[in-house]
Amino acid sequence: MDKATLKERILGLVPDAEFQENKQFLTFIIPPAKMHDLSLRLKSEVDLQFDYLFCLSGVDMVKFLEVVYHLESTTHKHQLVLKVRTEDRVNGAVDTVCDIWRTAELHEREAYDLMGIRFNNHPDLRRFFLEEGWVGHPLRKDYVDEVNIVEL
Amino acid sequence: MKEVINLPVKNIEEEEYHINMGPQHPSTHGVLRLVVSLQGEIVKSLKPHCGYIHRGIEKMCEKDTYPQIIHLTDRMDYLSAHINNHAVCLLVENALEVEVPERVKYIRTIIDELNRIASHQLWWCSFGMDMGGLTCYFYGLRDREKILDIFEESFGSRLLHSYYTPGGLMMDIHPDFQKNVKAFIKYFRKKIKDYDDLLTGNMIMQLRTKGVGFLSKEDAISYGVTGPSGRASGFSCDVRKHHPYGVYDKVDFKEILGTKGDTFERYMMRMNEMHESMRIIEQLIDNIPAGDYTAKMKAVLKLPAGEYYQRVEASRGELGVYCISDGNKTPYRMKFRSPNFSNLSALDHISRGVKIADLVAIGGSLDYVIPDIDR
Amino acid sequence: MNFSIYDFTSFNQWIDKFLNDNLPAFWAIAVEMVIIGVAILLFYALVGLFLVYAERKVCAFMQNRVGPNRVGPYGFFQTIADFIKLMLKELIYIRNADQLLFNLAPFIVIIASFMAIAAIPFAKGLHAIDFDIGVLYVIAVSSLGVVGILLAGWSSNNKYSLIGAMRSGAQIVSYELSVGLSLVTIIILAGTMQFSAIVEGQANGWFIFKGHIPAFIAFIVFLISSTAETNRGPFDLAEAESELTAGFHTEYSGIKFAFFFLAEYMNMFIVASIAATVFLGGWMPFHVGGWAGFNHIMDFIPPFVWYIGKTFFVIWIMMWFKWTFPRLRIDQLLTLEWKYLLPINLVNILIMAFIVLMGWHF
Repeated sequence: MDKATLKERILGLVPDAEFQENKQFLTFIIPPAKMHDLSLRLKSEVDLQFDYLFCLSGVDMVKFLEVVYHLESTTHKHQLVLKVRTEDRVNGAVDTVCDIWRTAELHEREAYDLMGIRFNNHPDLRRFFLEEGWVGHPLRKDYVDEVNIVEL
Repeated sequence: MKEVINLPVKNIEEEEYHINMGPQHPSTHGVLRLVVSLQGEIVKSLKPHCGYIHRGIEKMCEKDTYPQIIHLTDRMDYLSAHINNHAVCLLVENALEVEVPERVKYIRTIIDELNRIASHQLWWCSFGMDMGGLTCYFYGLRDREKILDIFEESFGSRLLHSYYTPGGLMMDIHPDFQKNVKAFIKYFRKKIKDYDDLLTGNMIMQLRTKGVGFLSKEDAISYGVTGPSGRASGFSCDVRKHHPYGVYDKVDFKEILGTKGDTFERYMMRMNEMHESMRIIEQLIDNIPAGDYTAKMKAVLKLPAGEYYQRVEASRGELGVYCISDGNKTPYRMKFRSPNFSNLSALDHISRGVKIADLVAIGGSLDYVIPDIDR
Repeated sequence: MNFSIYDFTSFNQWIDKFLNDNLPAFWAIAVEMVIIGVAILLFYALVGLFLVYAERKVCAFMQNRVGPNRVGPYGFFQTIADFIKLMLKELIYIRNADQLLFNLAPFIVIIASFMAIAAIPFAKGLHAIDFDIGVLYVIAVSSLGVVGILLAGWSSNNKYSLIGAMRSGAQIVSYELSVGLSLVTIIILAGTMQFSAIVEGQANGWFIFKGHIPAFIAFIVFLISSTAETNRGPFDLAEAESELTAGFHTEYSGIKFAFFFLAEYMNMFIVASIAATVFLGGWMPFHVGGWAGFNHIMDFIPPFVWYIGKTFFVIWIMMWFKWTFPRLRIDQLLTLEWKYLLPINLVNILIMAFIVLMGWHF
């Protein structure tokens, strides 16, 4: 499916998805509440079949926290980037997709650990790299660690 | 009167026996810790615990310029250092829309494939060792040494090269490079038969790996298991084929796909890939075009604001670099989608119900490099 | 008196007579025991040191390496340097370990192998004790070592050790059967369990040649199962360094570890000795019927050299195994024993008994 038809298809599924200009991938910003349903449909519908989540990243855009999903279909070879935003920096949470793409389980734990994004219904949401009880989330822009990070 | 203590009564059948494999363990290939719950010899479940070698490369990238970041990527999957460098270089070049000289593309492709062979050789060594055949280690290292010698001659380093720069190469290849690479191919075609004699054809090895550690195609895709491990399950995930970079679109090579998805198939994928890599090098080595070894680049590289994603086929799977630039000389956010990280997530699924010895073999066949998981 | 390097009987008798002439009978026996004890202890230490060196050289040869070559000529004193290092190393005190059993275990292992070596004939008249049930004695004593391994695994209070010890227990209990039964095959042929008589019986041909195919099968089975019994690769599941770090001796350090290490090599020496004695004619020279000149030259080589040569040939085969094969899994190990080796052995014994009854052997 080419980008134009895919765009129509996604907007048909989630009308309030916000399209974002990107040269490389077709990018949409999805309302957090609709992400899980959309993911299910993206994976199961015959003409979409986004079965391969090749990257899941947490991004701190200061005003909001963002989760970026890079998706590919191994049968149709088309790609899609979805973004989910949450403005609550303390308790901000999005729905997990690790029941749809199993690889998300560790990626979401990493995002939680380093970026502090919570994932609802995640089976085992613990810190992945840092020890339990670590204060703060290092990849956030406002993270301060005077001992380990040297400001030049 | 004596105090009566009521100890909780435990059913001995239900009690789990946990062992910590790692962080110091010979077969976790680094500081990975697997908490394995056992029932006798049988693995019930396992939980990976990472972070023992986490260096915060993604955070460091936010403070570094793009040419500096290349030196950090060496330290992720140190066995495919060139390919990691390649990913960042391509990302910067595509973002700046720089046309790289043909010569550079050829040399990069050849060196990537040499690096892949070297990486698979070391994998073969350690896989043999995981199976208990210590001799394999020395045979693999013997041949890997030849590749490292070629690298050392051309750019002076053996493990962490940082040879690629955005726009080209750090320096031109050594005049003897082509001769030495051809000599190596000739040498290694003979020596790879040793590998088959020593390990592939061994009955014990086949008994231990065939039908063990099955991963279906659906699970491989769902878990994002890429590289030879994913292709063993039939998941066609070779970035070189699907999203060509370098001169992979000009060479004739097969994407080797397996069907069975067991430990032996994952083993065979890598053995066959070494042959395929040699074929790629043979096609290119005589045709390196003359020209500059680097494109003209600005002194300070500033990527236009936006998002970039670059995928390359590292020796263990798909390496992705996701970069958000705000127009400065340092990236706003850099995320590495490392192949081992996703491959590790499937380990629990694959190894349920196998024995400890199989777990070690499965771990060996997934071939994880811990600094790449931890980053 | 005269004694030669071909027959130690008269030498022994001479010492016995000399001691009895000069000392009361009780003290004569006591002095003899001390002499034999010291001699065997020395021999034990020397062979142990040499085997460790040999293993390292053989392994280096298999792996395209040079091996030890710095301490002494050809690195010959490397093991001595290692031994000094092991003796001087700190014995790490393991909290929560069962101290008594933890300290006892290496001694049990080493005593078991020490006892087994007493019954082995090194040359004519050169053995510490010549039981008329020698084979049975060696099998019985050498399997005591597993008690030490089990104790070591249990008392270390380490999960890897425990798994290693349990594997070792399962392994040795099963492979004991095959070792015993393959020796029984030859006992049927020899008609005796006394080691000296077994060797004498091979004066006109080694049992591996005399016993047709069953003897050869028994030899192969013995090689496999004795490698398993000594916990060596490809059957080194009890140690399995890639799976269980070091198995049952994970927690041991210094001289206690050295005891396990030495016992492993001595057990290998013992089973190789038994293989050499029972199958390959012990200290008997190699003869080819009809070649008188050749046989005469072979006779000229002292029996002790023959014995050592054969033993080290078997040891070399076992090292070859270790450094080329990957390790088996525990269920495959037990399958190999109970489904293959044991039935083969039982059938083999029947065939051998039939051959002996019909008088078809040479």
